[in-house]
Amino acid sequence: MVNPIPYIDLAWLVPAFPLLGFLVTGLANKSLKHKQAGIIASAMVLLSFLVSLVLFFILRSSGQNEATITLFNWISIGGMNIPFAFLIDHLSLTMMLIVTGVGALIHIYSIGYMHDDERVNSFFAQMNLFTFSMLLLVMGANYLVLFIGWEGVGLCSYLLIGFWFKNPAYNYAARKAFVMNRIGDLGFILGIILLFITFKTVTFSEIFSQAAAFPVGAPVITLITILLLIGAVGKSAQIPLFTWLPDAMAGPTPVSALIHAATMVTAGIYMIARSSILYNLAPLTLNIIIVIGLATAIIAALIGLKQNDIKKVLAYSTVSQLGYMFLALGLGAYSAGVFHVTTHAFFKALLFLGAGSVIHAMGGEQDIRKMGGLRKKMPLTYFTFLAATLAISGIPPFSGFFSKDLILSKAFEHSVILYILALGGALITCFYMFRLLYLVFFGEQRLAGAHPHESPKVMTIPLIILAVLSVFGGFLNIPSLFNGDSKFSNYLHSAVVSKASEELSHSTEIGLILGSLLLLGLVIFFAYRTFVSKSMIPAKDGEPMSFFSKLIYNKFYIDEMYTAVFEKPFGYLSDFFYNKVENTVLDPVVDEIGFTTARVGSLLRKLQQGNMSFYLFAMVAGILLFIIFILIV
Amino acid sequence: MNEITSAIQLIPLQHYIILSVTLFSIGMMGVLFRRNIIAILMCLELMFNSANLLLAAFSAYHSDPSGQVFVFFIMIVAAAEVAVGLSIVVMMKRNVESVDINLLNRLKW
Amino acid sequence: MVFLFYFLSAIMVISALLVVFSKSPINNVIYLIICFIAMAGHYILLNAQFLAVVHIIVYTGAIMVLFLFVVMLLNLNKAIIPQKSAAARVLAVVTGGIFFLVLLAATRQTFVINPRYAFTSEIGLVANVGKTLFHEFLLPFEISSVLFISAMVGAVMFGKRDHAAGED
Repeated sequence: MVNPIPYIDLAWLVPAFPLLGFLVTGLANKSLKHKQAGIIASAMVLLSFLVSLVLFFILRSSGQNEATITLFNWISIGGMNIPFAFLIDHLSLTMMLIVTGVGALIHIYSIGYMHDDERVNSFFAQMNLFTFSMLLLVMGANYLVLFIGWEGVGLCSYLLIGFWFKNPAYNYAARKAFVMNRIGDLGFILGIILLFITFKTVTFSEIFSQAAAFPVGAPVITLITILLLIGAVGKSAQIPLFTWLPDAMAGPTPVSALIHAATMVTAGIYMIARSSILYNLAPLTLNIIIVIGLATAIIAALIGLKQNDIKKVLAYSTVSQLGYMFLALGLGAYSAGVFHVTTHAFFKALLFLGAGSVIHAMGGEQDIRKMGGLRKKMPLTYFTFLAATLAISGIPPFSGFFSKDLILSKAFEHSVILYILALGGALITCFYMFRLLYLVFFGEQRLAGAHPHESPKVMTIPLIILAVLSVFGGFLNIPSLFNGDSKFSNYLHSAVVSKASEELSHSTEIGLILGSLLLLGLVIFFAYRTFVSKSMIPAKDGEPMSFFSKLIYNKFYIDEMYTAVFEKPFGYLSDFFYNKVENTVLDPVVDEIGFTTARVGSLLRKLQQGNMSFYLFAMVAGILLFIIFILIV
Repeated sequence: MNEITSAIQLIPLQHYIILSVTLFSIGMMGVLFRRNIIAILMCLELMFNSANLLLAAFSAYHSDPSGQVFVFFIMIVAAAEVAVGLSIVVMMKRNVESVDINLLNRLKW
Repeated sequence: MVFLFYFLSAIMVISALLVVFSKSPINNVIYLIICFIAMAGHYILLNAQFLAVVHIIVYTGAIMVLFLFVVMLLNLNKAIIPQKSAAARVLAVVTGGIFFLVLLAATRQTFVINPRYAFTSEIGLVANVGKTLFHEFLLPFEISSVLFISAMVGAVMFGKRDHAAGED
């Protein structure tokens, strides 16, 4: 940070455009035509994507690694000085490009998807507000600005999940997401406060330079990282706070694509990657992250096996992929985690948008048991969906292969058991994704009376762009195995301090890749046989199932468990407090205070009868008492 | 003449104090004693004047004319008060046909 | 001359008591005028000659005449206003007495004072009072004119026969 970089101050434009879009579409809600709102909102996000690109090249040509843009002094009390500043470095630029790039595509897609909804303008206003908040989150130069964005995206998530608020179940889902997030946010706030107490600042660069003075495993750092982790777990839907994400699918499909797949849920991963210096000092927390990530990856994948709602399957796969990202973070391979965030943003957004296209075509039907045979009716959607499925399953050379393989090899470096478990999760992912693909696009059409049709261009063009990115996104980070130079990891290197680890030998790596490819091929074949050759359709609701299928179908009863462990006792406790404490103790006491006041008042009222003579007497008596008091004292 | 101007030196100050305290107390008693609002206003004047007397007395004993200037100001205030007070009395008489203070019992809201 | 002081004081106290205890408003006004004239005598004793003249003019000449006018205008002398109850009257006298005693007790400590300036009998002359008034107290003097204006406006407003605004 020696020389100021020319034109880097343009960074404020990046969040300003979506904010402007939010204000325009939000304030002119009533007077804008639906199409106009969509075009304005999309144009704003596209503009901020272009500015982000410009910033990327400016920073690249300047030869410097980061720049801080201070907009104004936000809080300045005593020794506390918190500027409202943006930090532009390689990590935040990566996230900005993802958020605005994928965001712009999803906005454009939404013009087509939402065209007949009556509250389109509100929808676009909220989407723009979300983009603005998310940009604040990734651009903030201190934890407090990050926190504003963090809460802002939480709010938008709540609003957009409950966008169709006329359905009570959707409202419940929105509330659930909000409350679950609040649990995490509490940890996050405590973490920030502890950071401030420890370092007397919340600015990233100052904290990280001070953190070097702490030894590895310092208890304060461990506590801070665990508290921040709680926030990340809530936001990124990890065990034990993941149940809100599948329910969040109540929102419109573009929302699921933007918020609950590509961007917001990766905020936790971004935050941990941003704090990588702190996490490197806390091996205990890293181990916790490994356990959480792996458990989430496997359990969510298992649940995904038996889901019949197209969006629920994708939701559980999102949770599962987030688990992989956490695993990467826990292994200290932060850049691998962020790389998976990037590729995941491409293919998961594509999957959701493809699912949206299918739902759109099927007239709102989301149950995959009723679909089928759409391959010929919607070829474009089918091919893009296929690309995304191959990518998420980790088939080379699709993008998911590179990012997932990076994580798997890191896991292998750490321990073989970890590798086997992670690979198992990947195989399950592959299976349920192909199950989804086969059930939706292969076989015969099972829903009578539906006339599926290809979606309009405004929806398919974003699909194609995302498909291209999903296919080729992996080439950003070609490992040395394939004579690549790991561009992406090296690019992030200045902002994210990954843990050093010895590289695997190329022969081991090739062995691992070949083994996993073989297994993946077997899984795909097995899925093909089950769902295409035998054209097996998942059981209808209520049909008897084996114990394990039942367990998985019911999502391991986690929601029920939370209900039994937290909701019910809390309800009993509330009842107890209401009936026993409130009604028999507090209420009467409060009432008594009120009645006493009223009684004393009605007594004193007799003094106020308006009789002037009495007032004069009272005045003289008062003066007398006053003088006597002065004389005596 | 000289006899009069120097008489003050023969009379102790406390006599003036006692005199004005007496007048003040009588005025106060009158305010409490009477029902006629005009009499009450007159008792107020009495109290004003007892304060005036004391000011003049202190002024003389200090040989400082400022005290007498204060008396002027008190007269100004008293004149203004009487003008407003009497117009209130006139209005009261016009409205309730009486100057009895006990009829003024609305002062409770 | 000391005799003169006690004589005037006696007149003042007696007429003041009569102001309180006599029932007829006209009589009250007359006794109060007597009281004020005695007070003017006190002012002369206190070397406040100009003040004495002004007192006669303002109080006896203007204020008391105003009282007299109101009493006559409203024909108050005929309207007999009942006295307060005996208990209230006794209470008033007792309160006044207590007030007197308390004030005496309060003022006892100030009985000895040290004069600020050497004694001169000329402080009450017009020249001296005027100098003080227009040098040290010019601003309050001017401001008091505002007070007069507002009192005048207030008196006219109250005196106006306005039924719309005159209710309560």
